[in-house]
Amino acid sequence: MRSLIQRVLSKATAHKIDPAPSRLKYRIQRWMLTPGIRMGVRFGVPICAVAVGLSIFLADDARRDLIVSTANELRAEFENRPEFLVNVMAIDGAGRDLSEDIREVMSIDFPLSSFDLELSDLRELVEGLDPVKSAKVRIRPGGILQVDVVERTPAVVWRTHDGLALLDETGAFVAELGSRDLHPLLPLIVGQGADEYVAEALQLVDASRPLSGRLRGLVRIGERRWDVVLDREQRILLPTGDPLSALERVIAVSEVQELLERDVAVVDMRLAARPTVRMTEYAVENWWHIKQTNAGNP
Amino acid sequence: MADLYQSQRAMRQMRRLAMQRGVVAILDVGSSKIACLILRFDGPDRLGEDGSVGSLAGQSGFRVIGANTTRSRGVQFGEISAMQETERAIRTAVQGAQKMAAVRVDHVIACFSGAHPRSYGLNAQVDLEGQEVTENEVARVLAACEVPEYGGDREVLHAQPINFALDHRSGLSDPRGQIGHALEVDMHMLTVDAPIVQNLVHCIKRCDLELAGIASSAYASGFSALVEDEQELGAACIDMGGGSTSISVFMKKHMIYADAVRMGGDHITSDISMGLSVPTANAERIKTFCGGVQATGADDRDMIDIGGDTGDWEHDRRTVSRAELIGIMRPRVEEILEEVRARLDAAGFEHLPSQQIVLTGGSSQIMGLDGLATRILGHQVRLGRPLRVHGLPQSATGPSFASSVGLCLLAAHPQDEWWDFEMPVDKHTRGTFRRAVRWFKENW
Repeated sequence: MRSLIQRVLSKATAHKIDPAPSRLKYRIQRWMLTPGIRMGVRFGVPICAVAVGLSIFLADDARRDLIVSTANELRAEFENRPEFLVNVMAIDGAGRDLSEDIREVMSIDFPLSSFDLELSDLRELVEGLDPVKSAKVRIRPGGILQVDVVERTPAVVWRTHDGLALLDETGAFVAELGSRDLHPLLPLIVGQGADEYVAEALQLVDASRPLSGRLRGLVRIGERRWDVVLDREQRILLPTGDPLSALERVIAVSEVQELLERDVAVVDMRLAARPTVRMTEYAVENWWHIKQTNAGNP
Repeated sequence: MADLYQSQRAMRQMRRLAMQRGVVAILDVGSSKIACLILRFDGPDRLGEDGSVGSLAGQSGFRVIGANTTRSRGVQFGEISAMQETERAIRTAVQGAQKMAAVRVDHVIACFSGAHPRSYGLNAQVDLEGQEVTENEVARVLAACEVPEYGGDREVLHAQPINFALDHRSGLSDPRGQIGHALEVDMHMLTVDAPIVQNLVHCIKRCDLELAGIASSAYASGFSALVEDEQELGAACIDMGGGSTSISVFMKKHMIYADAVRMGGDHITSDISMGLSVPTANAERIKTFCGGVQATGADDRDMIDIGGDTGDWEHDRRTVSRAELIGIMRPRVEEILEEVRARLDAAGFEHLPSQQIVLTGGSSQIMGLDGLATRILGHQVRLGRPLRVHGLPQSATGPSFASSVGLCLLAAHPQDEWWDFEMPVDKHTRGTFRRAVRWFKENW
């Protein structure tokens, strides 16, 4: 007990001055404990300070330019890194002529950063070419600009006043054609507006296969109906509506009665209820002659 | 009278405002320490679903979120003697408590012990206007109390109706709604010196705080140190503080008497300081660690270093025996207790059904005090500690915080005071009009 008392009392000497906050300190603490001011000090003051500092820094033109140019430099440096460079273009699915056309149209100077390539624009550019049906443009790993092209396949030859043209099955223009001999196997269509009905024309050509090569071509008449032109100047006039069944009918009759083997100039199917046959002039004369002979010598 | 009524009502309004904001500070301005507690009210919604108060006797509606104590300066006998110093001390206490609570408090409820409290018992009787006792009738009977001449520079601190009687049926705590003819009230009024209260109010204003209530610390410590049956059956709470010892007598859960003896622990300290010629701080420390009031044989051999820092080796190595220290302390403690006895006798404490005496306050921690108090005050003496409230730090649970804790309880559940009832309307035109109507009704 005694030692404890002594130890306790030995500390008793230090007598500090009573602490008290000054009036200002007390008020400041109370302000700081006010929620609004607390939020203001915690967020408002730093935000204001940063905003003021930024606006002072950016008030000078030279500093602004410096920032912009530095940003641009950094961006360019990043974009021109070798990982992003495109060195070659590979074109798949196009013939030699078309490839050259595509290269000419795109006219890109390699090497080029892939950030500068606008792939959708390039694709539209390639698809804008006539022989191209669809195209895919992408950047392959290894810095290769890959262009996958699906070419249009010519289905018919269209003769107009300007010359011969190749059309695909949808009627889209594929290429000019210098001479008919270059594509002897393609069917020929003639007439204004014929290119819009290529699909129908192809059906008709398909249906006329039993005519075994006698088909010369199809003529679009008055932009509304088809004439089938055969050799020996024979014609089959098809109606506007449902020309295919009309043609099949003619072919069926021809196979049974050998209609087209005879001296017939025109088979007129325009009125389905009343098919008409026009004979050649020689056949008519001949028929008259036979009639007279039969009438004069009973 | 109306002036005080207005100011007390204004403080009640402020208290209501503080409850709405949910934070209120408790300030105990004592002679040896100033304590500040910050309460957070969780609202009355915390009551049970069936309206029961639940555990902690309904005191669970608040929580102490900040507490700070500082050495008091400029306060003597529980009264402010140096305003600047006291203001600084209040600032220190409030700042520390605010820092702990991390909220700003604007409203403060204060208590103090000095200012010569004096109790008056008032009584009035009125005939009821109707059959039923309404709130208006209660206000009328309260207003009918004959207020004694208590002096010009004094002010009413508490005025509480403690008992109602309706047609010779006494002991009613709430007569409202009952049927009868004559209503009688007993009221307890406590007056204090007005300038001292003004000083405290001014001091608190200077700390940018709004006063939301003011109470006598005798009343507050009685509330926290007495247990419920003691309050009900009758008991005296003796709060032995630093500068004054305040007495409050409770019965039927109301304070019926309060007084203060202007002596306390500081006087014991100064006796030691003078008797042993040591500094006050040393004397305080010796009193706290080695003090006592019951000498035994061993105390003669128990030597205490009383120290000193004069540099004189002989002077700084003085020792006294514990018996000597007790010999210094005991007469002063006896004097205080005898003075308390005299005040209680004057108040007629011996006529109460139960004569329990509870000692609390910082000086009640003197070793052996209960034995001495038993010999002077009677056999039913115990040492009291304040009730436990939510969130109170361990350092603030001692008997010296009895009045702070009691003030917390009062802040949460104030008792009805005179000014909580509406001023009677007799003097206004509305009253005359109503009288005219009544006269009309009675005559036709």
